[in-house]
Amino acid sequence: MSPNVLALLPEIILTITGVLVMVAEPVLPAGQSRKPLGVLAILGTLAAGFASWYQLGFGTIHAYFNTIQVDSFSVFFHLLIAAIVLVTLLSSLDYFEGHASHAGEYFALTLFGATGMMLMTCSVELLMVFVGLEISSISTYILAGFRKGQASATESSIKYFLLGSFATAFFLYGIALAFGSTGSTRIDVISQNLASTATPTLALLSLALIIIGIGFKVSAAPFHVWTPDVYQGAPAPVVGLMSTAPKAAAFAVLLRILFSGFPSYEPRWASLIWIIAALSMTVGNLGALLQRDVKRMLAYSSIAHAGYLLVAYTAFPADGIASACFYTAAYAAMNVGAFTVITQIGGYRENVRTIEDYSGLALKRPVLAAVLGFFLLSLIGIPFTGGFFGKFYVFSAALHAGHVWLAVIGLLNSGIACFYYLRLLASLYSRRPAIEDNLFDGITVTLPAALALTITAAATLLLGIAPNQVLSLAQRSAAATAPGSANSTTNASR
Amino acid sequence: MTVPISYYLVLAAVLFSIGVASFLIKRNIITIFMSIELMLNAVNLTFVAFAHMWHQITGQIFVFFVMVVAAAEAAVGLAIIIAIFRTRRTLNVDQVNLLKN
Repeated sequence: MSPNVLALLPEIILTITGVLVMVAEPVLPAGQSRKPLGVLAILGTLAAGFASWYQLGFGTIHAYFNTIQVDSFSVFFHLLIAAIVLVTLLSSLDYFEGHASHAGEYFALTLFGATGMMLMTCSVELLMVFVGLEISSISTYILAGFRKGQASATESSIKYFLLGSFATAFFLYGIALAFGSTGSTRIDVISQNLASTATPTLALLSLALIIIGIGFKVSAAPFHVWTPDVYQGAPAPVVGLMSTAPKAAAFAVLLRILFSGFPSYEPRWASLIWIIAALSMTVGNLGALLQRDVKRMLAYSSIAHAGYLLVAYTAFPADGIASACFYTAAYAAMNVGAFTVITQIGGYRENVRTIEDYSGLALKRPVLAAVLGFFLLSLIGIPFTGGFFGKFYVFSAALHAGHVWLAVIGLLNSGIACFYYLRLLASLYSRRPAIEDNLFDGITVTLPAALALTITAAATLLLGIAPNQVLSLAQRSAAATAPGSANSTTNASR
Repeated sequence: MTVPISYYLVLAAVLFSIGVASFLIKRNIITIFMSIELMLNAVNLTFVAFAHMWHQITGQIFVFFVMVVAAAEAAVGLAIIIAIFRTRRTLNVDQVNLLKN
């Protein structure tokens, strides 16, 4: 197999499957179930995941004129994205039954989005990063407004679209200035030329613009304003997807750009990231305290988690990458899990919205309530969950790097976060006021959805009791990305 | 007489700033969308200017990609705008505010 095909094998598989699903969609008669297309999409995602795993055996692959670099870092994120997409597809396989006649487009768009995200993580040329970013963004803009008859869904979609394009323009301007300052858009060449650049101010400005652009995409404060509205209006399975997979890809891009592209500017960007991280944690957690809508609350919680993740970036070089990778995986498992439960409870119409609506769930559906409770505990960071080790590695990496105050702010924020997660948890296990008691009667957990819940719950639990497997993979990916960082990778493994 | 590179860069920066300002100030969704296009074109101008300065084709290739992607984005964006007009009968962002507490 030529290295070009091998390097983009997962993306090629996803694209072909996506095109097949998209072409088959209009051929099927209008009333017919779209589930076979969903199954095809799931098979394609599985194949892409295995293709990524297969790539791991080849070491570092350079392809397409050195614009694509497949290493253990990109494979880590490929596997993560494939897993997230797999769980999302499983949980939404029955979501559209009897509601939307064009569900095949949903599966196709999910696959195209995944292609873009995977392309982002394995690109070392900012042009390819941009193309991947746009493929993933444009797909998720449409997915956010998929229930197009509903006013709230289209509103969510337009807000996501406008703010997302706005962020893209900033990101692009950053790339343009980096090109102007160093004469290249390849991350490794930028890193080499930075030392001799005649315009360090321009390079600094480009770095700031790139951080702003990515900051929008990962919904870090103060670029988070779109997040609550978009997450509240978008369909629950799509929120589960877009709060984790595109963010993971954007975080991977940020890691590549900061740690391999601008390592010599570390003191400058580290202080910028410090501020953004502290702000995101605080704004996210304080904002979540005020919310009654569960999806909106989890949107603020995702802002806070973006903040925790950015804490890892201040720990330069390798501790940061390993702990950021681990945190991304842990956050993905528990957040997709939580949204899978919400998908099952709310259904297509999403008539279970507020924290009060969830009260008494444990009496009617004890298993679902227990699983949701487990994810909430993991989001808090209770021991024996993935969230605990995620936070532990991130904060210990920050302490090692000497950012004591940032770790203190993070820990204080984790304390604040307990309030709103526990409020929802308490609501699940409280007695329901007797009105409208049929709210939970329509819930049916189908087999694929149960499988999705099992996968996410098992992943969250495994990351909490046996994190070493994922951590060693994260450390390998750290060694692949940051040059000269291999000596300090052992720090995070204590 | 050749025009110095800084002229192009300043023009692009001014255009980008106008785009950012009108994105924040304007209330009509179509106008907001146009201001994003203005920002993207400011970026394109920057790329072309730098490509000329470095005598490198990379910047110009980048511009083509930006234009293609902007076209794809416009297609999706206009579709979303039509969807929102069908459900709300307005394109004023201040009236598109269902998603609040």
